[in-house]
Amino acid sequence: MYAAPNIVLPIIQDIHKVDVYESHGGYKAYRKALTMTPDQVTDEVKRSGLRGRGGACFPTGLKWSFMPKGNEKPKYLAINGDESEPGSFKDRQIFEQNPHQLIEGILIAGYAMGISKAFIYIRGEYHKWVECMQTAVDEAYAKGFLGDRMKQTFGSDYALDIVVHKGAGAYICGEETSLMNSLEGDRAYPRFKPPFPANKGLWGMPTTINNVETIATVPAILAMGAEAYAAIGAPGHSGTILYGVSGHVVKPGVYELPTGTLLTDIIHNVCGGVPGGKKVKAVIPGGSSMPPLRGDELEGIRMDEESLKKIGTHIGTAGIMVMDEDTDIVAVTLRIARFYHHESCGQCTPCREGCGWMEKVLHRLHHGEATSSDIDLLYNVASNIEGNTICALGDAAAWPVKGFIEKFRDEFEARCIPSRSVVSLNVVHGRRNTASTLVKTMQ
Amino acid sequence: MSTTFTSDELQSITALKAKYPDPKAAIMPVMWMAQKKWGWLSEDVMQEVARVMDLPYAHVLGVASFYTMYFKKPMGKHHVQVCTNVSCMLRGGEALYAHAKQRLGIGHNQATPDGKFSLEEVECMGACGGAPMIAINETFHENATKEQLDALIDSY
Repeated sequence: MYAAPNIVLPIIQDIHKVDVYESHGGYKAYRKALTMTPDQVTDEVKRSGLRGRGGACFPTGLKWSFMPKGNEKPKYLAINGDESEPGSFKDRQIFEQNPHQLIEGILIAGYAMGISKAFIYIRGEYHKWVECMQTAVDEAYAKGFLGDRMKQTFGSDYALDIVVHKGAGAYICGEETSLMNSLEGDRAYPRFKPPFPANKGLWGMPTTINNVETIATVPAILAMGAEAYAAIGAPGHSGTILYGVSGHVVKPGVYELPTGTLLTDIIHNVCGGVPGGKKVKAVIPGGSSMPPLRGDELEGIRMDEESLKKIGTHIGTAGIMVMDEDTDIVAVTLRIARFYHHESCGQCTPCREGCGWMEKVLHRLHHGEATSSDIDLLYNVASNIEGNTICALGDAAAWPVKGFIEKFRDEFEARCIPSRSVVSLNVVHGRRNTASTLVKTMQ
Repeated sequence: MSTTFTSDELQSITALKAKYPDPKAAIMPVMWMAQKKWGWLSEDVMQEVARVMDLPYAHVLGVASFYTMYFKKPMGKHHVQVCTNVSCMLRGGEALYAHAKQRLGIGHNQATPDGKFSLEEVECMGACGGAPMIAINETFHENATKEQLDALIDSY
């Protein structure tokens, strides 16, 4: 049905083993990179149109070009495998099925930026996948593909070391500056930007942070050439993406498809539709922090960043969560708000307090104890978190709440009681000069 | 049981420290080692981590308390984790968690009196394609059912 090349997850048995990977052309892309100058490699990645797969869709080649040249200071590469966004479960497929392509991608990226040390940060819950990755790294060392021996293996004077680092359960570590603090052995609070990591990152040195899938794509770009890669998928956001589909579909799972694939195709053809032939009520297109889409607006929607941006959402991590017609939207919104309240690191007041208030108000709505002015209050609280925090967790918490209210206000209204007593309660509350000001501004 | 690392373990800790430009970065792997050895991070354990890491105790406590997976109280031998985040919730995760609570007779972050089991309602574990999921210690069980959960509990 799809002429999608399996670039990141090729269907080859035992490709996770170094010998199998090598016999299928593995580590050839790195050899090719060595025939080019580092700048040529970065340029190749730029021309391929590859954009980060961790959610922000930042052009990868451009990010690499921010790294200072020269070797006066050590430079670091951090691979973000924290993958904690609810609905995302793609990177773990790479750790398990194709870890050597990630290692080869690290070699190419390291060569392009003149980096001699890389860290792969994997979330703590992924015990098994940390082991998969560590095994692959050990194999690569044993083969002389990493460390000092690689100079001899590949006949160049470039060498790189990889350290696999295991997290311990904190969503915030997927935020790049938080990840750096976590790696350095501190509490994982996000840092202010600027300075940007390319100037002052790990241990104060120039650092690039890339997502696992992004780097695992790089060897394929070198192998096929930037133009061939750029021709795959949607213009402006080229290539293939690992779509992780979960929720109410017959065949949930991770599927590698070109960017720009129709969302309805993914749900109905690739994943076998909704169980019981039910209708789709809502879809979150890119992990729980992205604004949702209504089931009746899915027709013609293409899964790439440029297309989704036009309709007010984003591709994020391409974790597609499908909800059928019986789904309780208020309950889902409450669950998402609870998650962000739990995961807020507590550094910035708007996020720390706001996420808690969003959960409380949603709790009240969910239990039928709220009035419709509470919906406005909730929207207002979300708006006051958005854009007012050091990192993007605040936005990630606000967007789904605002999005669900915008798209499903009727469902929230249906849960409200137009009770006089609750209204008067709000007024009493308002005399303490808190909620009333908010409610008045909304009216 | 004295709360000190053995000389073999100290050697691995030295090796861990050497992997990073700054030895402080080894705190997370060392705390993983400590938790594996002693089951949870008691004050004594964290004091020992502080000693071998040459860091203030307050720093160790600060890092340990930031992460949910470092236990700050004793947990069961078999730590049952049930995900109720959206993807699992849509496929019965909440009912599964309610069943686990009732079956084990304990709530979130509690252990059974015999110390055999503990329960945790976890946030997304990255197994959304196999929702609902449970994990027991380090092993994931995807597309989990109440019967499967019962059978797993019975098998310990």
